[in-house]
Amino acid sequence: MANEVVLLDFWPSMFGIRVRIALAEKGVKYEYKEEDLKNKSPLLLQMNPVHKKIPVLIHNGRPFCESPIIVQYIDEVWKDKAPLLPSDPYQRAQARFWVDFIDKKMYDSLRKTWTTKGEEQEAAKKEFFEVLKTLEGQLGDKPFFGGDNFGYVDLSLIPFYCWFYTYETCGKFNVEAECPKFIAWVKRCLQRETVAKALPDGKKVFEFVSAMRTNLGLE
Amino acid sequence: MAEEVKLLKTWSSPFGLRAFWILKLKGVQFDFIDEDLSNKSPLLLQSNPVYKKVPVLIHNGKPISESLVILEYVDETWKQNPLLPEDPYERARARFWAKFGDDKVLASIWNAFIKQGKEQEEAIGLAIETLKFLEEELKGKRFFGGEKIGLPDLALGWLANLIGVFEEVIGVKLIEKERFPLLSAWMQEFAEAPVIKESWPPHEKLVTKFRAMREPYVAAAAQPK
Repeated sequence: MANEVVLLDFWPSMFGIRVRIALAEKGVKYEYKEEDLKNKSPLLLQMNPVHKKIPVLIHNGRPFCESPIIVQYIDEVWKDKAPLLPSDPYQRAQARFWVDFIDKKMYDSLRKTWTTKGEEQEAAKKEFFEVLKTLEGQLGDKPFFGGDNFGYVDLSLIPFYCWFYTYETCGKFNVEAECPKFIAWVKRCLQRETVAKALPDGKKVFEFVSAMRTNLGLE
Repeated sequence: MAEEVKLLKTWSSPFGLRAFWILKLKGVQFDFIDEDLSNKSPLLLQSNPVYKKVPVLIHNGKPISESLVILEYVDETWKQNPLLPEDPYERARARFWAKFGDDKVLASIWNAFIKQGKEQEEAIGLAIETLKFLEEELKGKRFFGGEKIGLPDLALGWLANLIGVFEEVIGVKLIEKERFPLLSAWMQEFAEAPVIKESWPPHEKLVTKFRAMREPYVAAAAQPK
């Protein structure tokens, strides 16, 4: 049976980028479909009726939603190449814990750095740096969160980087100055072709966000 | 080396209960400690420095936090009576419904519980819309896991017990049998299942606790605006 893989996605979505990196790491050929989130396709609504969100992976007609679930699925199906999760159950639990942490903490604190002003924005910046410092602590002296190898936690976190130019510009802060270890890790990830190809240019994301900020009355 | 398994939980936390269930269902020998969250033990603070929350599973001295992460760890470590299926598609579905339970069902039911007046009406409406997805998912199935209890059943299991508590406190029925026949049947079957039925926290104690938790919200809503 032909292996038919389709990804419904939105180019600046960090969650979508995770899936793109995972598919690239595994060398999986797929069809990429760009969604207009203001005008969602019937296919998206049919494949993700519960959340109506991207990314959605469609493998041989069957839908998979929620990026951590999609990435784990990809790792289980294309298991002969580039393992993303560790093989040891305890290490796997740690990896899942940190991806859950990233999902609970990064997105909301970051979103507030560009969707708020004044005191609220200052509080968001503080929270964001606390999150990064916690992650730096977890990284320690390892080259990647996965240890010697790029893995599930790395690929779940690195997509946020293409939004950093936006956060830094809107929030008037500099991540490298505060968290140099984090940026060193970013640079190591960007050396991977799969990552470099999957991340959109930070300035392009900024242009897109600027338009949204204008609409929100924040410019 | 002897296996040492310790579970930090509380008497009432539904998240801790999940971890308790899976260890019992697998026949794992373990100790548990019911924490006093107003006076957290050094062990808890040391084992879960990121969130300082329960449950925490400590296996041979190594801590694991976040109840869904604990469930998968236990399932992978003790292979008897597997809770996740072998097939990757079915596993993804199981994980999806477990996550849906925590992200959407829990949040919507909690809102229906704490809100007042018109806001409560809206919150109840939203909770019912969310529960409809669960009703749909149960079509043709005895449990969310299929013929037997699986990961999503343990994740959603709190419904079987706490819904009754919430309904009693707010005086509103959230899961009506006529509207949710499959979900009602599942709640009953799950609640009476071996291991599960012996573990429910005392009903009256839960009613007292949640009534007290709701008080500040009632008081705030009663303040003149």
